[in-house]
Amino acid sequence: MDFVIGMNLLAVAILIGLGALGVGIGMGILGGRFLEGAARQPELAPMLRTQMFLVVALLDAIAMIGVGIALFFAFANPFIA
Amino acid sequence: MEESHGSAEQTASEYIQHHLSNLQVCRDQGAWVWNHCAGNFWTLNVDSIFFSVVLGVLFLYVFRQVAKQATAGKPTKLQAAVELIVGFVDGSVRDAFHGENKLIAPLALTIFVWVFLMNLMDLIPVDWLPITAAAVGVPYLKVVPTTDVNVTFAMSISVFILIIYYSIKIKGFGGFAKELTMHPVAPPTKGIGLIAAPFIIAFNFILEGVSLLARPVSLSLRLFGNMYAGELIFILIALLGLWQVPLHFGWAVFHILVVTLQAFIFMMLTIVYLGSAHDVGH
Repeated sequence: MDFVIGMNLLAVAILIGLGALGVGIGMGILGGRFLEGAARQPELAPMLRTQMFLVVALLDAIAMIGVGIALFFAFANPFIA
Repeated sequence: MEESHGSAEQTASEYIQHHLSNLQVCRDQGAWVWNHCAGNFWTLNVDSIFFSVVLGVLFLYVFRQVAKQATAGKPTKLQAAVELIVGFVDGSVRDAFHGENKLIAPLALTIFVWVFLMNLMDLIPVDWLPITAAAVGVPYLKVVPTTDVNVTFAMSISVFILIIYYSIKIKGFGGFAKELTMHPVAPPTKGIGLIAAPFIIAFNFILEGVSLLARPVSLSLRLFGNMYAGELIFILIALLGLWQVPLHFGWAVFHILVVTLQAFIFMMLTIVYLGSAHDVGH
């Protein structure tokens, strides 16, 4: 049982950590491209910002699904009595 | 903030578990049972149903009252706010939807405002409503319906049913099947390549099928994951004693962005998916 609890915590950490890593890199690249585009054509900045938020929320989805599952296992693991 | 139940102090773990439990009712051997429903399939989360219905009725009532009493001369602030929201949704639908359908804009408005109101419940301090509920004898209360997977899946499955219905209605059953089996790799129709056609069709079907199924699943889990994580962090901050005040404020300010953004994304993706269901020309 201790082993299961230990592995459970490790799984939660990997789920949240790797999700955050990928999304962090992706959003950094996205933000950089947005700034470049806004610097080139400042009049397009509001439209680009809206599209950027759309893509941010889509990227968030995968990370958040991972976080949701991880937190479920952290606090309400069905395999631990 | 730790509460004491009876004689013993609650542990932090029990506090968290208590706040993550829905008010459940289920049928167990022919009788209605409250809150002993672990593993029972036919369980109703009464608190999620209650809050989602109340917020839906509130949205419909307020918007209908404003619509009936709308004046062009001297609009009230509430009317201006409602007009802002309706104008925003109208603009989004016009940008993203290129078909002919009278259902899309009201659907988008409903999804946006209803999801926004349900998410907004997350900003009420964690213990307020559960403590008032406990005072009238209700043991568990989760006040944010969108932290319940059932609610988010109900909405996304409804959108999925609409996607399939409109795909078949606009493109015909043959057109819908063609779209699932002939894209992205066009199977050869004559010559020796005909042998490979069934395999290519199967390959296309698996690819397109997964892509189609991923839509409702990701739509619901995106909203659920964001709200569940946000609520859990509020609960965890509430365990910190006096330090919770600045942390609660900071997290709540960030969460306002998440609340609005997730409602907007749900609406936007619904419009985009229904738009591609109406899209005939490829």
